[in-house]
Amino acid sequence: MADVALRKVVKRYDDVEAVRGIDLDIADHEFIVLVGPSGCGKSTTLRMIAGLEDISDGDIMIDGDVVNDVPPKDRDIAMVFQNYALYPHMTVAENMSFGLRLKHYPKAEIKARVTEAARLLDITDLIDRKPKQLSGGQRQRVAMGRAIVRNPKVFLFDEPLSNLDAKLRVQMRIEIKKVHQKVRTTTVYVTHDQVEAMTLADRVVVMNKGKIEQIGTPNELYHKPATRFVAGFIGSPAMNFIPCRLEDVGGTLQIRLTDRIAFALPPARAARYNALPRTDKLLLGLRPEHLTESHAHLGPGVESFDTVLDVTEPMGMETLVYFGLDGTPICGRVDPNAGAKDGAPMRLAMDLNNMHLLNEATGVVL
Amino acid sequence: MSTLAIDKAGPSRKVKYGSMSRDRVWALRWSYFFLVLFAIFFLTPPVYMLITSLKSSAEISAATNPWWVFHPTLSNYVELLSSNQFLRFFWNSSIISIIVVIVTMMISIPAAFALARMKFWGSATLATGVFLTYLIPDSLLFIPLFKVLGGVQELTGITLLNRWYVLVFIYPTLTVPFCTWIMIGYFASIPKELDEAALIDGASWLQTLTRIFIPVALPGLIAATIFAFTVSWAQFLYPLVFTTSVDQLVLPVGITTTLIKGDVFNWGQIMTGALLGAAPPLVIYAFLMDYYIAGLTAGATKG
Repeated sequence: MADVALRKVVKRYDDVEAVRGIDLDIADHEFIVLVGPSGCGKSTTLRMIAGLEDISDGDIMIDGDVVNDVPPKDRDIAMVFQNYALYPHMTVAENMSFGLRLKHYPKAEIKARVTEAARLLDITDLIDRKPKQLSGGQRQRVAMGRAIVRNPKVFLFDEPLSNLDAKLRVQMRIEIKKVHQKVRTTTVYVTHDQVEAMTLADRVVVMNKGKIEQIGTPNELYHKPATRFVAGFIGSPAMNFIPCRLEDVGGTLQIRLTDRIAFALPPARAARYNALPRTDKLLLGLRPEHLTESHAHLGPGVESFDTVLDVTEPMGMETLVYFGLDGTPICGRVDPNAGAKDGAPMRLAMDLNNMHLLNEATGVVL
Repeated sequence: MSTLAIDKAGPSRKVKYGSMSRDRVWALRWSYFFLVLFAIFFLTPPVYMLITSLKSSAEISAATNPWWVFHPTLSNYVELLSSNQFLRFFWNSSIISIIVVIVTMMISIPAAFALARMKFWGSATLATGVFLTYLIPDSLLFIPLFKVLGGVQELTGITLLNRWYVLVFIYPTLTVPFCTWIMIGYFASIPKELDEAALIDGASWLQTLTRIFIPVALPGLIAATIFAFTVSWAQFLYPLVFTTSVDQLVLPVGITTTLIKGDVFNWGQIMTGALLGAAPPLVIYAFLMDYYIAGLTAGATKG
């Protein structure tokens, strides 16, 4: 068990900077998820923590010790790979005990640790099989078992669920969470799937183009995104961004979306945004769940408007509705009984109490 | 109208399906035709050797049907197998081939591992260089090699020329490049994560090689072993050049130099010797054929 710290870590391949100065503190026992689109540098960061990639600049510390030049085997870490990387010629037990055997642990202890890990992962009866006789989910468990028996300071997961089908992925996600609750080892987990990130992490690190966009708990990222990238990346369906500007009408601050549609801002929001120049090009960020069917009695800060739906997607517990505002495609979530139909007009309501306002040029949430 | 259309569509679909399977049948027939043709072409010489080896010298030179044995005799086999000279050739060939296989593997496996996995300056060029070495024919190399070994002999005073063990130094120049090349392809097909996992598990490079790479790449290793053995066993030019005393000769050279005296060809014994000489590689192939094919194809397609 240990904490991990990254200080201004940089990774350069020739003249391309894959990771551009990352600072990150991971506390003991913490489950950190690095998430971002492909090529954002998240896997490179993980591999640098593992010692599989050299660091071009900066420091990586495990348990307070700088490990920049420490080889992987001496970092006391364990890694689970996307394609499992099980040794094909060894049985499950041999795969799991390989690291311990290399370190000449006593046989009895190896057996005890393997048995315990197998029990934890529910693979006791597979222990004598070869990897090719296992299903994808079972292989993933063995790969995790191989990490657990080592009892390392840090677990590293590199997109471990990407090769599994959707149903198994959900199942294994819960499995991983359970394992972490039991062993409490500091974990760094890389994924491109924001749902995995949200469900597993104590804190999520959103990365983009080799930099950290934002670090926070899943709820913080969801409700208080710092940038347009985070706002758009976290949450599914993604947040809507509607071009808008602020204007003063008769002493109240209004947000104008189109020539026809403009709403007065709720007092709390008006106070927050009042200092902004009225000429700035802005974006209204609104999650689909804050764009619902209109009711007869709307609460304060909830404004209704009429539109014509393009497409509807019934999901069962809700129906997603898609429409356009001045050419901007927008998604809303309405009650399945609200009568939404493809191509039909509908009156929708916008909950401006949950709105975000972004600077279009900088992408910063204001 | 509609029934007409259905009538038209029905048979046309059927014909198409039928013609496809007929194509397959014809493809099969042609492949069998050529396979049989090739089998006849390549099996005729050994069959002829077998027939001739069972004849006496008198029958071989008599004007009878060369494809039939009228008075079968094992005298050629008895004479060769009881001849110390022939057994000496056999022994020389065996010991040289076995040592060459071991030396080749000791060099090729670590070399291939390094070239496939450790990215160092010039590793890609070196890998290509290894293969290019193999493309230089031995008929170009034997004179320079002779000079080099002669020079070494003069400098050190160690007798190298006309000694069977000199071949142990020379054959690897043929076997190492090709075996390294095969192994590079095979090692490269092993997922990178496997050695990374081993690295994290605490294995050194050597442990990764011996405990992960060699077991996983065993088919490729066996393919390389068979190749090295066959090349050393069948090599003719180098032993012809570097060894001359009868007790230093290997099988292929020994047979042709001792059984052909002037213009007298002892055909019965030549054929017998050649057949007996072909036996060890044949036996090895037969036992390891499955591995050999798996090795050749896996290295080629997965890389």
